[in-house]
Amino acid sequence: MAVDTVFWSKMVTGMTLGFHAIFATIGVGIPLMIAIAEFIGIRKKDPHYILMAKRWSRGFIISVAVGVVTGTAISLQLALVWPHFMKLAGNVIALPLFMEVFAFFFEAIFLGIYLYTWDRFKNPYIHWLLTIPIVAGAGMSAVFITTVNGFMNQPGGFVMEAGHFTAVDPVQAMLNTATFSKVFHVLSSAYLTGAALLAGIAAFTMLRKGRSAYHKKALNLSMAAVLLFGLLNTLAGDVSAKFLAEHQPEKLAAAEWHFETEKGADLILMGWLNAEHEIIGAIHLPKLLSFLAFGDFNAEVKGLEEFPLDERPPLLVHYLFDFMAGIGFALLAIACLYFLFVFWKKRNELNKWLLRILALTAPLSFLAVEFGWLYAELGRQPWIIRGYMRVEEAATTSPSVRLLFFLFLLLYIALAVVCVLVLRRLFHHKPAEAEMETWMKEKRDSSKEGGERA
Amino acid sequence: MISYELMGISVLWLFLYGYLIVASIDFGAGFFAFYARSTKQDHVMNRLISRYLSPVWEITNVFFVFFYIGIVGFFPDTAYYYGSALLVPGSIAVILLAIRGSFYAFENYGSKTNIIYLFLYGATGLLIPASMSVALTVSEGGFILKEADAVSLDYWALFTNPLSWSIVGLAIVSVLFISSSFLAFYASRAEDHSALKLLRTYALFWSTPTIITALTAFIFLGQHNERHFQNMMDLWWLLGLSVAFFMVAMWLLYQGRRYGLAFICIMLQFFSAFFAYGIGHYPYILDPYITIQGGATSPSMGFALVVAFIGGLCLLIPSLALVFKLFLFDADYVKGKK
Repeated sequence: MAVDTVFWSKMVTGMTLGFHAIFATIGVGIPLMIAIAEFIGIRKKDPHYILMAKRWSRGFIISVAVGVVTGTAISLQLALVWPHFMKLAGNVIALPLFMEVFAFFFEAIFLGIYLYTWDRFKNPYIHWLLTIPIVAGAGMSAVFITTVNGFMNQPGGFVMEAGHFTAVDPVQAMLNTATFSKVFHVLSSAYLTGAALLAGIAAFTMLRKGRSAYHKKALNLSMAAVLLFGLLNTLAGDVSAKFLAEHQPEKLAAAEWHFETEKGADLILMGWLNAEHEIIGAIHLPKLLSFLAFGDFNAEVKGLEEFPLDERPPLLVHYLFDFMAGIGFALLAIACLYFLFVFWKKRNELNKWLLRILALTAPLSFLAVEFGWLYAELGRQPWIIRGYMRVEEAATTSPSVRLLFFLFLLLYIALAVVCVLVLRRLFHHKPAEAEMETWMKEKRDSSKEGGERA
Repeated sequence: MISYELMGISVLWLFLYGYLIVASIDFGAGFFAFYARSTKQDHVMNRLISRYLSPVWEITNVFFVFFYIGIVGFFPDTAYYYGSALLVPGSIAVILLAIRGSFYAFENYGSKTNIIYLFLYGATGLLIPASMSVALTVSEGGFILKEADAVSLDYWALFTNPLSWSIVGLAIVSVLFISSSFLAFYASRAEDHSALKLLRTYALFWSTPTIITALTAFIFLGQHNERHFQNMMDLWWLLGLSVAFFMVAMWLLYQGRRYGLAFICIMLQFFSAFFAYGIGHYPYILDPYITIQGGATSPSMGFALVVAFIGGLCLLIPSLALVFKLFLFDADYVKGKK
């Protein structure tokens, strides 16, 4: 691979998106968990759940800040680093980008109100209602931005004429063939990851500081969400594979190291390639790839051989795909194991070993998000708009982009370090139990005052 | 029926104006917060500043992204020319915005006492408008090198031109002026007399440099881009209005009463000047490469964007009204009782 302007353009965008993906996923996933926790808390009149919503939203806002600034960075980098891409496609993708900003604006406004109005309404459900625009705004921003990614994979809604996109139909471009499966997979995996993050934190805290009612409830709630969204996410993954098999077979073929078109194709797990491009040391699951791709063990699956050499995605994506899918199934298995222990009374679901496994769900789920995202991007190579524009045609020609890579690298390192430090300080000296006690005491005092006045 | 591209640019210009006001308040507030801390006056006003900023900081950022996405959407050529030319200053602005936004949140929601966070927050408040103002300078033409297939920025021309430096100066000084007069208004609502006294002094102090730098930039513009300058001179009444609003605001601030009205006058002062500048720029978005008619997107996308925009406003205006009702105009909240 040549180390040139195009290379550094890819690096700087890849780094920004890879970093942003963490916070974007939190931004979509966590609000739903906050909404659920507050609702249960009001419904059951259980202050533990209200405290959960409070603590989660307090940590959430820190990650939102990083998400906002990295999101701003990536949106500007689209024009700064990929000017030719925006010149060509700006005509077509402006609508979803525009609506994404609206959705985010909407979310930001209500998040601001939500954080500063915990005790301002007499009816607690009014405060809970504020979570709806937050969850909806976060979800819709994900939907809109995913349609843009869908467009890059499955461009549509225009006519190519003399190097320009004409007769543009922006709505049709948004509703391209990739949109449904991508949106489904992005949302289900974000909700899964949000839940897994909170489950991991609860388990980790109980490992370090012993069990407590608060963390037990948090773990139960998050693991239920992991189970539910784990199932939905598996379905979404299946829908995505079937979509790829039909509309973007080279992406699936590269991920599965499926070189020759054949019926009853095997599914290949892991392994490596020798100099002659033969697969060594892999697990072959007979006919399973055909089944995954078309729901039929004998269906014909297109191989990479059918595509010109310079239009094939890098073969590295095989590992990314396997890790992503493997972690997805592992999360589902962990959730099943947890609830097996919960319902099987003889076993203690909070034993050390299980807690250790549960704590792993948080980092694992983020790894899966990163692998999945990388697969989605690398699997589209060499195209930036599949079939119309190659990545190297889209990049800036300015050599300064190399310097900018290092500047942005420094920025993200600083942001990551300080973000972690701030979060630690925020929760380290303020365990949930202590906060619960002071909160209850304040409540008693104020109600006593109210009683005296009456 | 006015054409959609004219409608588009008008709305976007209005948004940029909105950003100019809210961002100036925010940028300046950061600087004043840091300045007050380092001169040990922070007990007087930092509570006031953080009370106003906490619920609105993200909203400010979104205004900017909104303008940017809007202009790229309506006029895709801008992405190509400005994107290629402004890779470095644009990225620097992005990095500064990132530092500012995140460190504000860190300081506000995390640690209350860290002077480094506050320094970063204050310093970026002045550097961001400086780096962003480069885009305005570049739009005047003469700073872009165009070869067969590449567009780049002529740094030497940019750094040696008095126009660019006068615009940088104007940007920084206006930020401080707008911000201090708004915060004076906020302090008067909160009936925080010691903060009000301090902020009124700041507002009065920064008023004269504002008008001087504005005049300087205008003169240098005349030397650099005759057409733009003449167009603005034809709009003499708008410029006159701007000066008149400035005088009214000064008189009110000096008298020390009606701070709300004074701030509205300052908003109108910048509104008339900003629109005189914008209308004078017509028909160019980037002199001489992009015009509003030539660079516009296809009519179907223009129509879709306008529809999306109206739909979005129907959602946003009630929500913004709610924010204002809860935080800006709720007297108890402003006074810190809630």
